[in-house]
Amino acid sequence: MEATATSHVFQKRSTPASRWEKRIFWAFRAATYLILVCGASVFLTIFFKGAGTVFKTEAPFINTTFFTDAPETLYVFEYEGVKYEMGDREFREFKNANPAANSVRASSYAHSAGGIWPCIVGTVMLVVGSMTIALILGVSAAVFLNEYAREGPFIRFVRLAILNLAGVPSIVFGLFGFGMFVIYFGWNVSLLAGWFTLAFMVLPVIITASEESLKSVPKGFREGSLALGATQWQTIRKNVLPYALPGILTSSILGIARVAGETAPIMFTAAYVIRDKLPWEDLKHAGDFFFQGVMALPYHIYVVSSKIPQNEYTERVQYGTAFVFLLIVASIAAASIILRNKLRNRYKW
Amino acid sequence: MVIEPIMETSPSSTPTQADDKKNGGETTPAPVGRTLIDIDHVDFFYGENQALFDIDLKLEEKKVTAFIGPSGCGKSTLLRCLNRMNDLIDGTKVKNGQIKIRGIDIYSPEVDVIELRKRVGMVFQKSNPFPKSIYENITYGLRLQGQNDKSYLDEVVEKSLRGAALWDEVKDRLHTSGLGLSGGQQQRLCIARAIAVEPDIILMDEPCSALDPISTSKVEELIHELKNQFTIVIVTHNMQQAARCSDKTAFFYLGKLIEFADTQTIFMNPANAQTEAYVSGRFG
Repeated sequence: MEATATSHVFQKRSTPASRWEKRIFWAFRAATYLILVCGASVFLTIFFKGAGTVFKTEAPFINTTFFTDAPETLYVFEYEGVKYEMGDREFREFKNANPAANSVRASSYAHSAGGIWPCIVGTVMLVVGSMTIALILGVSAAVFLNEYAREGPFIRFVRLAILNLAGVPSIVFGLFGFGMFVIYFGWNVSLLAGWFTLAFMVLPVIITASEESLKSVPKGFREGSLALGATQWQTIRKNVLPYALPGILTSSILGIARVAGETAPIMFTAAYVIRDKLPWEDLKHAGDFFFQGVMALPYHIYVVSSKIPQNEYTERVQYGTAFVFLLIVASIAAASIILRNKLRNRYKW
Repeated sequence: MVIEPIMETSPSSTPTQADDKKNGGETTPAPVGRTLIDIDHVDFFYGENQALFDIDLKLEEKKVTAFIGPSGCGKSTLLRCLNRMNDLIDGTKVKNGQIKIRGIDIYSPEVDVIELRKRVGMVFQKSNPFPKSIYENITYGLRLQGQNDKSYLDEVVEKSLRGAALWDEVKDRLHTSGLGLSGGQQQRLCIARAIAVEPDIILMDEPCSALDPISTSKVEELIHELKNQFTIVIVTHNMQQAARCSDKTAFFYLGKLIEFADTQTIFMNPANAQTEAYVSGRFG
């Protein structure tokens, strides 16, 4: 303790506790910043590498064919001293126009030309279908567990099952879906099989979060309604579910991100490596719609990143697809958030 | 099973199965002492814990009966037995004894609890208007019964709000949220909502405990008005309130009914020493 002129009882002193305080503070701060660096580097890598594919330097500045075309094989060749890069169809037209070009030796790169329109369509369909199934099943289960069921051994067992379901790795859901829907039900690799597999995967998230938001509706609303002679279902429908809906939607946003992003559950059940037709093309019966496989963004990324020879041309597709994928998930989530906020403003207490 | 409404009927034409069960033991005989609610030696349990012991009470029609007593004495529990609100709590059970409303055992298996609650309205301790408009709050009960006729609903809304002395304050903003009202107005809105379905009985569970003195006196005035039409049972911690607005008072202690008599008698000349100690503020 040095005796300076300003020394007093409240004088700042360096004690072991104060030194530790500083170190701990900096450790926590560094950990937080590290997370920021991780997040930023993921997004920036994908943005910068993908931007080259998605955007163009001349008007309209967006590479529209990447969004509207199906994936094609890229041909790279030299013709009369000029180096060309063309997709499959373009190359055939070129050969028709220049018969001499038929003899050029072109090197081909699978999936590296064209766009990802079928993958976008497939992913959106998988998300919409599986979330519909998951919300119907999940919200019903949550209403039953929270509003009707009385605690007992059976309900505890149900909760345990939900908890366990949440811990199952996604590849196991994929295998289950393959065994159950694709083989046993005979649905083959199809939208329907993918929907149910993905729905089962997000069910625990939806149930748990829906139950939480049902719990957050004040008990007084239920009692007040019942005391006016409402049945339990009338009470739930008019005076509980509408107020719980914003919370349920919040949980489904998390669900959407998972459903859209998982590759493992759909790789055996719903996803095709390549499919020329869009899901609504050439349907014999309307029912056939449900029994066709689709292309999907995450599976496409997996295919172009690991199933075809890697070179400077495939990288464009990989990062371009990842960029669009992030964009789509973000916009679905944004739409749900806007909807949720609208509902939230309608009911406040 | 539907319990027939009795509000409109004149005393002479009212079914008289309970006519002679006039509560005795008071100095001044009540003028129209028709028993409406007959609580007959009731024991009530929360799981293994007995909350009410052998409660025996007869509540009269178109009177205000106050339940007083220290916290945890079972007065709210008993109140919530009267419209079977306790059914919502797991493991609750009326063992022994019966609660009869107009002679019908409300815990018998053939009673439809929905019909019962239409007849026995309730106002809660914490005002709980639904996060809907004032208009929607009041028409909630009627809409449940399938009533959608706009002119009829308008009429009921005005009548109920006037009945709850709230009409003049909210008539210009019927379609704004009920949660925008002050605490006292919210509680009167809840009363309006309860009387909109025209019950016979209104149960009030400490309706003023969260209100300021001015709002409290408004609700008390309202109770005075309402007893011309409804039978009211009110649970209160506030003994002045019981003294001011009730005709009869029941004093509970540790799940037992200690004394039940005219309010005057309870406060001025109680028969029981515990009652006297409580009303004079010496315990509780």
